[in-house]
Amino acid sequence: MTYDEMLNIPPYSLGKAEKDRLLTARLKELTLLHRARCPEYANILSCIGFDPDAVQSVTDVPMLPVRMFKETALRSVPQEEIVKTMTSSGTTGQAVSRIFLDRVTAANQQKTMVKIVSSFTGSGRMPMIILDCPGVVRDRAMFSARGAGILGFSIFGAKKIYALDDDMKLNTEALREFLAQHSGQRILLFGFTFMIWQHFYKELLRLKEEGICFDLSNGILIHGGGWKKLISEAVSHDAFREKLHDVCGIRAVHDYYGMVEQTGCIYMECECGHLHASIFSDVITRRTADLSPCAVGETGIIQVVSAIPESYPGHSLLTEDEGVILGEDDCPCGRKGKYFKINGRLKNAEIRGCSDTYAAKFQ
Amino acid sequence: MPQNFSDLQYVIGDAERLSAMASLRPLRPFDEAVLSFFSDLSAMLRTDRTYPDIATFGFWCRKAALMQEKDKYDDLAERFGKGTVLHSTPSNVPVNFAFSFAAGLLAGNANIVRLPAKDFPQVTVICDAIRTLLANQHSALAPYVCFVKFPPDKEITDMLSARCAVRVIWGGDATVAEIRRSPLPPRAGEITFADRHSAAVIDADAYLCAENKDLIVQNFYNDTYYTDQNACTSPRFVFWQGAHTAEAKADFWERVHRTVRENYKLRPVQAVGKLQALCKAAAQKPMSLTKSEDLYVMRVTPEQLDSDLPDFKFNSGFFFEKEISDLCEILPVCGTRCQTLSYYGVKKEDLAAFLEKGRPFGIDRIVPIGKTMDFALIWDGYDLIRQMSRRVTIL
Repeated sequence: MTYDEMLNIPPYSLGKAEKDRLLTARLKELTLLHRARCPEYANILSCIGFDPDAVQSVTDVPMLPVRMFKETALRSVPQEEIVKTMTSSGTTGQAVSRIFLDRVTAANQQKTMVKIVSSFTGSGRMPMIILDCPGVVRDRAMFSARGAGILGFSIFGAKKIYALDDDMKLNTEALREFLAQHSGQRILLFGFTFMIWQHFYKELLRLKEEGICFDLSNGILIHGGGWKKLISEAVSHDAFREKLHDVCGIRAVHDYYGMVEQTGCIYMECECGHLHASIFSDVITRRTADLSPCAVGETGIIQVVSAIPESYPGHSLLTEDEGVILGEDDCPCGRKGKYFKINGRLKNAEIRGCSDTYAAKFQ
Repeated sequence: MPQNFSDLQYVIGDAERLSAMASLRPLRPFDEAVLSFFSDLSAMLRTDRTYPDIATFGFWCRKAALMQEKDKYDDLAERFGKGTVLHSTPSNVPVNFAFSFAAGLLAGNANIVRLPAKDFPQVTVICDAIRTLLANQHSALAPYVCFVKFPPDKEITDMLSARCAVRVIWGGDATVAEIRRSPLPPRAGEITFADRHSAAVIDADAYLCAENKDLIVQNFYNDTYYTDQNACTSPRFVFWQGAHTAEAKADFWERVHRTVRENYKLRPVQAVGKLQALCKAAAQKPMSLTKSEDLYVMRVTPEQLDSDLPDFKFNSGFFFEKEISDLCEILPVCGTRCQTLSYYGVKKEDLAAFLEKGRPFGIDRIVPIGKTMDFALIWDGYDLIRQMSRRVTIL
């Protein structure tokens, strides 16, 4: 089956056996394609003694650690066919991932995301409020996962505004005007979890105490980017949703999990609060000792696979996140496929040895 | 004046003692008072076996052991301490500071020791013992000892560096570069412990004949996994010589694997790190991974021993492995960064012949497997006593 044919299948419609058959065939094909076109990837497969005939299931597809894209430029198409290079967000000084996209892969990322997201939002574009500042897209230096996320989701927006100015202040006037213009319509809101909490929720809460309210009960909020900072503020997933509902009446709130290395295949949170794998990708949790797949309910290292990447060998990646598969094909929301939760980043282990002294943080 | 530095914390001594060091008379190397101090310290530390690394230090600084060290020097009559030694010690090896301090005092110097920032219980135990001795029967040596803690701070490092005759920097390239931003007095010397890697060589036939294979393997485990295979002394390379390498490798690694499974806790980031190290290396150079049921022992056989292969080293049980027919084949990975070559079953004369013939830029010590961590007054190619003392001749 070609990827275009896959795109015609509704994203959460296949049961375990059927999905595994479909995805295994595609991932095996991608593995062979990258082996033929990316010499570094071919070297790695040869080092681990990869045997294509041994790939019987998605779990048999070899995986690269996601950090490989920070250390090595990996591409499976000639330089001149690359239309876009995406980079991960990284704090200053840290290495960033470089993901090389050709026309086909870039297009498939977008088509896939449309299929996944519109199965939650309904098809058709909506007025869209971006809960971030315009600078994040305008400024090339800032342009990273945040900018890419906003641009990616912007295709769902008919008319768009940025709710924050470049000082991350809520633009209440513009927001009020936008809501008045589109009253009665379904409105899409998009942003990054911590930014929403810090610059949107907290400001709405303050305004509410002053008697100023915004009604977003017609809105559907999609947010991503991780919970690390909110966990440090002791904000749970439930509290996030409830408190947002309290300040603006919004009910439809969907977190998503995804990474720049597998753009397009995002994992949307359903009405039951579970992240879901679509037919275009999958999540496998792995045990530390031997990287064998975990059982349902067992915490492990997250591996993600995606049927999209043709221009870089990123179709099967071992992440640095930890999570749990909660079930498969039986989420009360009715969607098929695996559903799971992410616990967060793997804990950094204190490695012994004799390096590093002066630079060590004083305690 | 040191009093002005609020971040400078004195664990032993105080600002006054630090200031007074400049006018302190140097001691003789292996001064009788110093030997007696370490003898008493050894006795105190060896009563408690809670921490094996403290016990090791306690055993190392026994009077008899130090007397033996002393006997190796034939020029002590002409030697004097240089003055004040500043030691910057590693943050993640608890007892290293004690060895560095001992070398400085044995060489006849006053010592300013920067302790690890982290609160290791071992540091507290040793410091308490030293403090007690200096407050009582060894008070004459108290002016020679100042233990401090401070956060990375150029001003403090400047102030301390300006006072020293010798600066000892442990902790690798980054630390050396950082501390070198602080100037030394023109006559001062420096001993730097940079990033290093190490290797092991095993004679397969000798191994197969050994009756104590489990002991050899335990020793290898102590050299590697005990410090997450991340000490400068930990072998990252394992070389095999002899006729029956396949058989020896199978037996050896099977035992290592069992020991690791029983004793070592591999954490998720280490597992991901090992896979990452493997892929990073394999992407650049032809090599093959030896099949294993799990990740505890990762063995990779490179097709060639390139001189940049050590750049791909990793820890937590990640080994480059190669069969050799002549020791000289390992020369490409024995550049200046190579520190310790440990061995089993290799004849000393063969090792000497290898050094003679191969003339590697690196390899500062060759020790039996199991002894890589044993501290000696000659370390990383430096004779610490001679580097931290002066030779005065009268004609």
